[in-house]
Amino acid sequence: MSYFSDIYKGIKTLLTGMSVTGGYFIRARKGAITQQYPDNRETLKMFDRFRGEVVMPHNADNRHYCTGCQSCEIACPNGSIEIIWDRAVDPETGKKKKKIDKHIYHLSMCTMCGLCIEACPTDAIVWAPNFENSVYDRSKLTKILNQPGSSVLDGIED
Amino acid sequence: MNFTQMIIPLNITKTISDWIYSIMPETAASYTIMVIIAVAYLALFAVAGLYLVLLERKVAAWFQLRIGPNRVGPWGLLQTMADALKLVSKELTSTIKIDKFLYNLAPYFVIVSALMAMAVFPFSKQFQAFDINIGVFFLIAISSIGVIGILLAGWSSNNKYALIGAMRSGLQTISYELSVGLSILTMVLLTGTLQLSEIIEAQRTGGWLILQGHIPSIIAFMIFMIAGTAETNRAPFDLVEAESELGAGFHTEYSGMKFAYFFLAEFINMFIISSIAVVLFFGGWLSPFGITENIAWFPQVFWFIIKVLGLIFLMMWFRWTFPRLRVDQLLTLEWKYLLPLNLMNIVLMAIVIWLNWTI
Repeated sequence: MSYFSDIYKGIKTLLTGMSVTGGYFIRARKGAITQQYPDNRETLKMFDRFRGEVVMPHNADNRHYCTGCQSCEIACPNGSIEIIWDRAVDPETGKKKKKIDKHIYHLSMCTMCGLCIEACPTDAIVWAPNFENSVYDRSKLTKILNQPGSSVLDGIED
Repeated sequence: MNFTQMIIPLNITKTISDWIYSIMPETAASYTIMVIIAVAYLALFAVAGLYLVLLERKVAAWFQLRIGPNRVGPWGLLQTMADALKLVSKELTSTIKIDKFLYNLAPYFVIVSALMAMAVFPFSKQFQAFDINIGVFFLIAISSIGVIGILLAGWSSNNKYALIGAMRSGLQTISYELSVGLSILTMVLLTGTLQLSEIIEAQRTGGWLILQGHIPSIIAFMIFMIAGTAETNRAPFDLVEAESELGAGFHTEYSGMKFAYFFLAEFINMFIISSIAVVLFFGGWLSPFGITENIAWFPQVFWFIIKVLGLIFLMMWFRWTFPRLRVDQLLTLEWKYLLPLNLMNIVLMAIVIWLNWTI
């Protein structure tokens, strides 16, 4: 008599499935995962691991963590990062030390692979959640990540 | 056949029909009234079909924790209107090697058979266009004409996916037609009449048929809903369209308004299946426990629509819960489970009626 038990089991499992989706239906108004994007631009918060663009954080004194080691430039698979660097005499030790002049980042070429950020020994560059990257002029996508007049924080060595 | 018997409880229809009879000879007047009623039904169910599409999209969104259409009009209420306007304005493309006549005929077969079935439903005591004494039989006959349209569409498109979809549709409809018919027959045993208005009258005193016939009625209802979902080619029985396998199935080669006809017919068919279930199992326009029985102004059509929407929601619930069946599973379900159960159920119902075990 597995015929009738099959029918019973079939109906039972179907009802189980329907109760699951029915639960979702009832909770849908509170738990909708859709973002009403252009309307909620002010409150929209992207997720921690979202890859928008690469930025270099600076502190209040306009100092950053980049030593100009070029690890990111080497790690980048398609040459989105170029670093123009220089050597200057360190006033404390009197030795010549590498420092960055311009950290150039081509957002138009970047594939958001994140290898540069993994390669950075001092965590000088991080992901930013900004995703509205459309511009009218392609040259605007070439960004200089270090702010003008900034310098590396004291004591940062790679 | 006296079409003019349709009198919507508002006196406006009576005024109009009196006026038409006063200005033209009797034959011409009755034909004019037929045309007016047909156009009214056409407009009503085109709009109803559009709003069912919107309901489907909203319900689907809520099942999937989304929001659904909410941009066109308040709460997205005009979304499907905009879609229909877009489809009307689109070019009707077709391939070269189609059978032109059948290709153009197919959508009308589908939509006309869907709209014909609407004529016999008693939406309320007076709101019924065509009250024939073989109403249930008429419904079963009409609902199987639609599949001819689908077969024609698949065949004339000269497209292998369309043909596979159409053949599956034929297979599926022929199989599940049996279950629909037999489960309706089970309920007809209980009422002893095929006339839809009398079936509803039979439920006024004894309670809804699903209660009157208790166990066999509930089994018949379950079988009817399963087979009805298969008849309308909706998921989980949407092998006919099977987007992931066949492109769009039988309407792969259709575009613009012809495609919209197929789409609309699917939703009107859903309405029809739900309406049959409401009439046969849930008392049609009768209010639950007769709560609005004595309120003269209360529109009885309200209860009919509420019940139909409930069953339509059930079918949408099926659609957004269950995965699509394979062809062999489809046939196993019908021939190995539904049909034998249905035959047993008819015998059970006959015994219940014979021994007066009805409630």
